[in-house]
Amino acid sequence: MLEIKNLHAGIDGNEILKGINLTIKKGEIHAIMGPNGSGKSTLAKVLAGHPSYEVTKGEVLFEGKNLLELAPDERAREGIFMAFQYPIEVPGVSNAQFLRLAYNEKRKHLGEEELDPLEFKDLLKERAKVVEMDASFMSRSVNEGFSGGEKKRNEILQMAVLEPKLAVLDETDSGLDIDALRIVAGGVNQLHNPENAVILVTHYQRLLDYIVPQFVHVLANGRIAKEGGKELALELEEKGYDWLKTAADTGTLGVQAS
Amino acid sequence: MVTEITTRNNSYREAYQVLQERTAPSGASWLQRLRANAFERFEELGFPSVRDEEWKYTNVAAIAKADFQKGVYAESSSRGSGAKELASFGSPETEASQLIFVNGKLRSDLSSVSGLPAEVVALDLSQAIQDERYSEIVRTNLARHADYIANGFTALNTAFISDGAFVYIPKGVVVETPIQLLFISDGAGVNAASFPRVLLVAAENSSATLIESYVSTHDSAYFTNAVVEVALKSGARLEHYKVQRESQAAFHVATTQADLGPNSTYDSTTITFGARLSRHDFSVTMDHEGVECWVDGLYLVTDDQHTDTHSVIDHRQPHCTSHQLYKGILDGKSRAVFNGKVFVRHDAQKTDAMQTNKNLLLSNEARVDTKPQLEILADDVKCAHGAAVGQIDEDELFYLATRGIHPDLARNLLTYGFAEEVIGKIKVDSIRAQLDAAVLNRLNARLEA
Repeated sequence: MLEIKNLHAGIDGNEILKGINLTIKKGEIHAIMGPNGSGKSTLAKVLAGHPSYEVTKGEVLFEGKNLLELAPDERAREGIFMAFQYPIEVPGVSNAQFLRLAYNEKRKHLGEEELDPLEFKDLLKERAKVVEMDASFMSRSVNEGFSGGEKKRNEILQMAVLEPKLAVLDETDSGLDIDALRIVAGGVNQLHNPENAVILVTHYQRLLDYIVPQFVHVLANGRIAKEGGKELALELEEKGYDWLKTAADTGTLGVQAS
Repeated sequence: MVTEITTRNNSYREAYQVLQERTAPSGASWLQRLRANAFERFEELGFPSVRDEEWKYTNVAAIAKADFQKGVYAESSSRGSGAKELASFGSPETEASQLIFVNGKLRSDLSSVSGLPAEVVALDLSQAIQDERYSEIVRTNLARHADYIANGFTALNTAFISDGAFVYIPKGVVVETPIQLLFISDGAGVNAASFPRVLLVAAENSSATLIESYVSTHDSAYFTNAVVEVALKSGARLEHYKVQRESQAAFHVATTQADLGPNSTYDSTTITFGARLSRHDFSVTMDHEGVECWVDGLYLVTDDQHTDTHSVIDHRQPHCTSHQLYKGILDGKSRAVFNGKVFVRHDAQKTDAMQTNKNLLLSNEARVDTKPQLEILADDVKCAHGAAVGQIDEDELFYLATRGIHPDLARNLLTYGFAEEVIGKIKVDSIRAQLDAAVLNRLNARLEA
């Protein structure tokens, strides 16, 4: 589904990603972990097409298409979704309006009939159950005045409505209390199926107790420093990231070429 | 004061003399004197020039130069629109609670106030002046709130007081039905001037909603010069909506003066979409304790439209609260001026005043001059003010893009959301829906639910 080959990218002339290679197949859940500044959030933003980041080398193929040639909204309509670490507030636009607009943009792209407000209301009501959100959230402005947990749940609600092929969740666990974490993770688990894939970008192992990845990739200094199964996350929890950072800097791990 | 532009006051002088002569036999002598004083004042002041600090950014020379004719086309109904078309500007909520004025004249055939409580008065100002039940209230209020000494436009309007609306809400009466005053400009190409005058008096503990609307059936130039006086007595409440949707070629100048009594509540929302040039002088005076007011507005302009709001919120007594949020959306080569003065006088302790002006520029050629001013003479007050001018936020655009929304549509959605903070507070459903539609229409966007 997704193939990242020797990806180099940065911001304002500073290279942050220094040769990432990653392959993701449908049905898989991957965790991208790493210390602050390792480049894991940059990777998420580059996949979503954030205009501030510049790709200097390498390629990204999504279902065989060159992802880097597509604008952010085109990527989204192709089926890539990013849940933001800090979801943006959109005052004056209700959640229901916003979601219906996004949903219909995707339907149009797929050559399907758009849903009218009433039809969409039914769909929204159904999808909102995934993150245990009640109707009052739908008439409120997008994320405005939402608590941290509500914003993250709202991100997963958007994922539930848009049904992406590939969901990239950027630090979705940050700032969540245990109840909100349970709801958010529960939502992601319900939405994951053999036809889609999930990338979890996270600093902490805690999220992975709830959403269990098959693959864990640890970033350090812009490269994948170590890869493994879910047990790698537990090892990191125990040892911290310092040993990896040193290893990556000195090249002693040798996992990643170029 | 001598204005540098040649004013064509002659046609106004003629029209003024005709009005005075016509009304002399039956008219109230106090009104004759008031008009005479006001006209004299107008001749002294003339139209303001850009050398006047208060008019620095708004050049009204075009109004002075154009030979707008007062009262010329009251009789020109042959080229006017049909009753059905005119009535279509009304709102379903105000079908039986509206006065419709066409080119400044009340059209009683289109107006109805049968849906209002019997004790509520809404009628033509000239009738109210002659009606002994109301003449005293009118005499003691008319031109007592809106000062014609300082402003040439207000003086000109006052010199022509005749047509207009008188609204009176008696003591303790709560009017649920909104009252609409609809001013329609009709008949293209007649270069007309109309000077609507409104006096609203809300007696003790009464409550009402007033909608003041300006629309046009045509795209040609004309001149509206309106003066609205609002007097709220003790404990009275008024929701006041002004919706200015004049033609894109029109000139719209207006003065609103609200004098707020003890413990009264005044909630105003001013929407400015129309006119090539518009200027609103809005003054709210709190000379009593315990008043709360909102003085909010939205201007949405494009092409070469120019809009100017000068507001004065005057805290003269303790324990009053004022909120002001003015938002602007500018496209094309349009220009907006916001000058908001908040005075907190020496005695106005425990004042709570909040003022914000936010502007969204959709084009590189649009321009805003904003000047929020706070003058505080009392020492125990809570005041804040601020102004912002910006463009659509890139982070917001990216967020919407990651949801599959095309940047053009995302811009429209964000602009709509920006306007909604003001439009959303309008409690008359059809008016709010109409304005939502107008915003979206301007944005060429399509959005429902």
